[in-house]
Amino acid sequence: MKTSTTARIGLRTVALGYLVLLIAVPIVLILWRTFGEGVGAFVDSIRTPAAISALNLSLLIVAIVVPLNVVFGVGTALALVRGRFRGRGLVQAVVDLPFAVSPIVVGVSLILLWGVDGWFGGLERLGIKVIFGLPGMVIATLFVTLPFVVREVEPVLHEIGTEQEQAASTLGASTWQTFWRITLPAIRWGLTYGVVLTIARALGEFGAVIMVSSGFPGVSQTLTLLVHSRYIDDHNTYGAYAAATLLMGLAVLTLLGMTALDRKRSKT
Amino acid sequence: MISVIGARRSYGDFAALDDVTLDIPAGSLTALLGPSGSGKSTLLRSIAGLEQLDGGRIVIAGRDVTGVAPQKRGIGFVFQHYAAFKHMTVRDNVAFGLTIRKRPKAEISRKVDDLLEIVGLDGFQHRYPAQLSGGQRQRMALARALAVDPEVLLLDEPFGALDAKVRADLRQWLRRLHDEVHVTTVLVTHDQEEALDVADRIAVLNKGRIEQVGDPVTLYDRPANDFVMSFLGSVARLGGALVRPHDIALDRDLERARAADARVGGSPGVIEAVVERVVRLGFEVRIDLRADSGTRFAAQVTRAEADALGLVEGETVYARATTGPDAAEIHPALAI
Ligand SMILES: Nc1ncnc2c1ncn2[C@@H]1O[C@H](COP(=O)(O)OP(=O)(O)OP(=O)(O)O)[C@@H](O)[C@H]1O
Ligand SMILES: [Mg+2]
Repeated sequence: MKTSTTARIGLRTVALGYLVLLIAVPIVLILWRTFGEGVGAFVDSIRTPAAISALNLSLLIVAIVVPLNVVFGVGTALALVRGRFRGRGLVQAVVDLPFAVSPIVVGVSLILLWGVDGWFGGLERLGIKVIFGLPGMVIATLFVTLPFVVREVEPVLHEIGTEQEQAASTLGASTWQTFWRITLPAIRWGLTYGVVLTIARALGEFGAVIMVSSGFPGVSQTLTLLVHSRYIDDHNTYGAYAAATLLMGLAVLTLLGMTALDRKRSKT
Repeated sequence: MISVIGARRSYGDFAALDDVTLDIPAGSLTALLGPSGSGKSTLLRSIAGLEQLDGGRIVIAGRDVTGVAPQKRGIGFVFQHYAAFKHMTVRDNVAFGLTIRKRPKAEISRKVDDLLEIVGLDGFQHRYPAQLSGGQRQRMALARALAVDPEVLLLDEPFGALDAKVRADLRQWLRRLHDEVHVTTVLVTHDQEEALDVADRIAVLNKGRIEQVGDPVTLYDRPANDFVMSFLGSVARLGGALVRPHDIALDRDLERARAADARVGGSPGVIEAVVERVVRLGFEVRIDLRADSGTRFAAQVTRAEADALGLVEGETVYARATTGPDAAEIHPALAI
């Protein structure tokens, strides 16, 4: 059956209009507001001590969360795909939990667990500040980003099967050598996507982090918290736009990095 | 030499290997032949250490390797679906075992080049597996397995994923390679033609048990039982007995057929049958027949015989077996 030309053009217009209204318009608006006052104003606004500290904190959280997620994500994916243990179904469900649970719930439950009156509240009395400190924000971000590496790596592991690894073992490679030389290179693209998604989500996480951060400007604010506090607390709408643009810039960089890797991948 | 002694392996209460004992002579090319699910792969993978036995022992070249990891068994393994390392070039694939063993670079280069020449992949060093045909990939996998100088070479349906022509070429090539390299080789196949073609010994497996072991001629001419007989080559059921189609003679004259049959010891007797179809297959002619009892069978004769008989469809003939269980006594020539 052939769709008529008018119908086709009509469909495309609707799809395009939907995308423009939903995604392009808000983004362009923010960019317009940010750079409407000149690039200088934007640079000034993101070079305040509070903004620099927020950027650093966001990047620091990413730098801690990504390696942890890579190690545990790959380990969990291997266990889920290759392991034969009881409770696999349960682990599968738990891995998806962060997708289903609202970040704010995560924040609340972390306070219950790690707060002064929580199970691990003793730590606080020993002087290790989890809630309202960096560890709390890292744990919250770990929680919400947990599924990405696991869920990207798992299907790749399924697809490659175990024959290459068995072949490596018959050729004399130890389990460890097989992992580094065969398994890891085979899953590298899945892992890369998982990392990119983790970075994007870690940068953008708000609901869980706001619950466990003390929120002091220049101390314990991430970029998302900075946008929020500038807008709500300081009524500095321009500053909020500028910080939002910075946040968006980082996300775009991450996406560009992924696209570049994608290009490279299709070549090999 | 490989000895498998009383090997057992069960999945749940299903016995994939049921007390298998088998000796594979050093330097031989032995085929493990059997229908799907008969336990061929399980046996081969147990020899490789990729599968653990529930009971029994595996001895390779005098060393008991039953509890030894695959890395330390001195084996080369070739998988049906190649198991090529996709992210490595042909050269790196073949060099893998040597790299793991930390051999000097110059030695690795020399050895890899030699092997690639032997398997006919000269000039493919820098390709990736995805840029090779199935047959080329499998030859690469073979070179990779041979690079570590294995004590034994184990192949699990290595040509199973290839088309008929490439299969036939590659198995001839494998035979020649084996004649040059002389490594003890075990080939798993469910294709009786492949086994008869390349192997100098065949072990027939059925339901996790060894039915018969021997050289191809013995297995074909003197199968130990009906299963081996029908698995190696086609058979016709002539009055309750299994007979090869080319061991059936046809005659128009009942008396003459009876007289000839009387000279064959233990033969199933003369069967009256109707010609259903005469099919010319090049040099040979297959005659499809239906006995009085309704069972259908086929006889295979040469073209000259068929022309001499001049059979037409619908005609009645008398079929008899030209060899019987006591054939060795009647045709001394066959007993050699
Ligand atoms: N991991 C497993 N779990 C359960 N049953 C298995 C497993 N591996 C093999 N089996 C069973 O063991 C039997 C023998 O399997 P095996 O793979 O050795 O057969 P095969 O002779 O190689 O057959 P094919 O020609 O189809 O490859 C089969 O019935 C199979 O279903
Ligand atoms: Mg098999």
